Amino acid sequence: MSVDLPLPVLKPADFASDQDVRWCPGCGDYAILAQMKKIMPTLGIPREKIVFISGIGCSSRFPYYMNTYGMHSIHGRAPAVATGLKTVRPDLQVWVITGDGDGLSIGGNHLMHAIRRNLDLNIILFNNRIYGLTKGQYSPTSPLGKKTKSTPMGAIDNPLHPLSIAIGCEATFVARAIDTEIKHLGEVLKRAAEHQGVSFVEVYQNCNVFNDGAWAYAKERETKADTTLELVHGKPMIFGKNRDKGIRLNGMNPEVVELGKGISEDDLLFHDEKAAEPSLAYLLSRMRYEDGFPEPIGVFRAVERPRYDVMINDQVEQMTAERGKGDLDKLFASGDTWEVA
Amino acid sequence: MSTTAVLEKEIHTLDEATVRFCGDSGDGMQLAGTQFTNTSALMGNDIATFPDFPAEIRAPQGTLAGVSGFQVHFSSTDIYTPGDTVDALVAMNPAALATNLGDLRTGGILIVNSDAFEAKGLDQAGYETNPLEDGTLKSYRLHKVAMTKLTRAAVEGLDMSQKEKDRCRNFFAMGLVFWLYDRPLEPTLRYIEDKFGKKPEIAQANTAALKAGYHYGETVEAINTQFHVPKAKLTPGKYTSIVGNTALAYGLMTAARLSNKRLFLGAYPITPASSILEELARHKNFDVLTFQAEDEIAAMTATIGAAFAGAMAVTASSGPGIALKGEGIGLAIMTELPMIVINVQRGGPSTGLPTKTEQADLFQAIFGRNGECPMPVIAACSPADCFDVAQEAWRIAVRYMVPVMLLTDGYIANGSEPWRIPKYADLKKIEITHPGRPSNGDTFLAYRRDERLARPWAIPGTPGLEHRIGGLEKQDITGNVSYDPANHQHMVNLRAEKVARVANDIPPQKIDGPASGDLLVLSWGGTYGACATAVHNLQAKGKAVSHCHLRWVNPLPKDLGDIMKRFKKVLIPELNLGQLRTIIRAIYLIDAIGLNKVQGKPFSVAEVANKMEAVLRGDLSSTEAPPEMSDLEAPVKAILEKVSHGG
Repeated sequence: MSVDLPLPVLKPADFASDQDVRWCPGCGDYAILAQMKKIMPTLGIPREKIVFISGIGCSSRFPYYMNTYGMHSIHGRAPAVATGLKTVRPDLQVWVITGDGDGLSIGGNHLMHAIRRNLDLNIILFNNRIYGLTKGQYSPTSPLGKKTKSTPMGAIDNPLHPLSIAIGCEATFVARAIDTEIKHLGEVLKRAAEHQGVSFVEVYQNCNVFNDGAWAYAKERETKADTTLELVHGKPMIFGKNRDKGIRLNGMNPEVVELGKGISEDDLLFHDEKAAEPSLAYLLSRMRYEDGFPEPIGVFRAVERPRYDVMINDQVEQMTAERGKGDLDKLFASGDTWEVA
Repeated sequence: MSTTAVLEKEIHTLDEATVRFCGDSGDGMQLAGTQFTNTSALMGNDIATFPDFPAEIRAPQGTLAGVSGFQVHFSSTDIYTPGDTVDALVAMNPAALATNLGDLRTGGILIVNSDAFEAKGLDQAGYETNPLEDGTLKSYRLHKVAMTKLTRAAVEGLDMSQKEKDRCRNFFAMGLVFWLYDRPLEPTLRYIEDKFGKKPEIAQANTAALKAGYHYGETVEAINTQFHVPKAKLTPGKYTSIVGNTALAYGLMTAARLSNKRLFLGAYPITPASSILEELARHKNFDVLTFQAEDEIAAMTATIGAAFAGAMAVTASSGPGIALKGEGIGLAIMTELPMIVINVQRGGPSTGLPTKTEQADLFQAIFGRNGECPMPVIAACSPADCFDVAQEAWRIAVRYMVPVMLLTDGYIANGSEPWRIPKYADLKKIEITHPGRPSNGDTFLAYRRDERLARPWAIPGTPGLEHRIGGLEKQDITGNVSYDPANHQHMVNLRAEKVARVANDIPPQKIDGPASGDLLVLSWGGTYGACATAVHNLQAKGKAVSHCHLRWVNPLPKDLGDIMKRFKKVLIPELNLGQLRTIIRAIYLIDAIGLNKVQGKPFSVAEVANKMEAVLRGDLSSTEAPPEMSDLEAPVKAILEKVSHGG
């Protein structure tokens, strides 16, 4: 008789592979890697049951640095690789590491369908608004007018908002974090890991070589309190250095209001990450700094829905229960047959 | 029913016969052909079929583009092809007659639905005068049957619309042909009961139409001969009639069971491969997971994920889909994971001829990826062979830790033949070993190899084997990313050598005929039947000809070079412009001759036999067989004639 031994107590360092990390010094990816290693021992999942799948791009080197199972696949396809893996082995914890180009441009289709199927995958999109590995072309999240090597006169395509995409694809868990807000980042990653179903996390990540300062407004000590809004379930949406500003709904649209002067907390929008309809989460995902709004961070949405990886295996069990385990000899002879003597 | 006494009619016994049903794509001709096939198989005939249908689900009714046909060759001897020419043609409308008459042999039986030969139908088919009346069909045994009227009469009184009643016409046609070839109605009656049992009116109407057609044959004076094709002498055993894609699905399920694996199929719907996905989706209780992906790329890469997870992972598509999978196949080769990539070939390039057959994806299978990226390629030769080839592909994939390309084609996928049902217990197990937890202190080496150069298949979930794989070049042994020039050369050579070593598992090449002689016919894939029959025919005439049919097209059997050298000439018939021939010439420096056709149709036996005769005579003119001017469609012909006359 076997006895379940207690899991060995692991430390963040146990999740570091023996490979040298080769991101540029100062890259935001280091912070995400550090937080990932930090939360891993807290999840209660043995190391061999964790798999990191990535596509192509700077962020996609991530699996090489984790001492778990991993695959550095091809450009944009990580969600599809992860889908095959998770379908066969729902018992594994599967992470998808992607970027704004990998996930939203070349792999947009796979991202969309992995999200809508609601497989239990944790998809972390490192958004640096640039193609870093190919040395500085604009990405699908680069702002209009962005001058890069491939857009010397400025980008002329409208940027995508990753969370709006995810919500439109029926994501059941949507969150945003910032690479330098490490405590908050760790909390968000842990929530993503614990969510049953697809988790989509956008991380504002700085590429200090090709797009330095892209998120400066959200990261600088002096401005971040006014440019970001930390979402807390059930709490009013308050922000600002002096916690004196809030978000109020005016008709269908959000507006920034100052507290006091006849406006109280009760007049503000209260965050509800469990709302049945994704309207609130979508509205939050549209709030842009350039339009005068603080950009929300934290968990936008966390709801339970049936999981593809569970249901596909349930169908196997259901048919097996109805018909019994498949018998090949019976199957072969299931059509009209005849004997030749 | 009619009270007319059944007339005394002659019964002729034949060795074999070929029947083709053709009509509008909504006329139910595929069903008629399938029922005729299954009944013939149940009677003990050997059978081979060729369904031929347009890419459009319902092209405009009555047009040439909308004609759908189903040909059945049934016999009392071994047969390998659906037949070159047709002995009996059933044409449901003028368009079907116009497009199919060319294949009916002189003196053949022609049964037409005379009710459809009115002005509009004739015009749509391009007939200026009614061929039933103008004497142009006098070299055939023409039977004008008012099928629409007779069917309506048979189902009169049933609570159905006129349209629904007319839809029973195919059963009338079936009944008549069943009588003509002395086939019982019972299997079709059982089919009607199974299929339409819940719709009693429809079941009743189809039954009535079927019987009416049969009785029409019995009673009408104009048809005075019945034909009988006795049982074939097949190897003793239990048989069923099987379609290629079904045999392939069964083969995959069997391979999974033999190797104690879950079966994962990642696929995106594409003609003519979709029925593999549909078939497997019906058998989840065999631990089958079918994933209909968002696109071909996802189907491929999900398959890679499933292979990494430790399943028997398969993807199935056709040429255009395989093109999209190319990058993913490269990743599969780089990560050295076992899986099967199925290409049910169709006419290309691009969208090409989706419902027609071709063998023009051989280069794509062997070479169609970036970098030096070889993979083993196996090809099925007939519908039933798909069952064996699926197991063989998986056996090699896991022995060598390599993705295997499995080629079939539209002709094999939709065609059917008798299949001697194997006993599962008699099939050879497929052994797979996965490494377990390493002993203390040992580092797991993901790219350390065995004598076949296969690396270990370490499955996520196994403690101590945590490792990372990917598309970047890997250091041998460790599997770490490496940009070292010498390592890259070493790894490229190693991946090529691994595929080359698959030849060690390929049995000596079978030669059908003497081991040396004047001419060797070398074939691969779905041309097997036409080539085998043509070679047998010439052997019967005393010619020194033999046949080799390749199952593995990459790598090639080790003894193939020596075999070819023992023949004065080598002929390679292919439904492409000479892809295997190019490879054979490059590898063996042998001046092989080609017979090449790309018309969306399989070879006829006569085409291969005529070419063999020509080669034996020393006539080596033209390797490709361009269609005759007279075969081209009229508008094209008119313009070409104008151009060639300087117009």
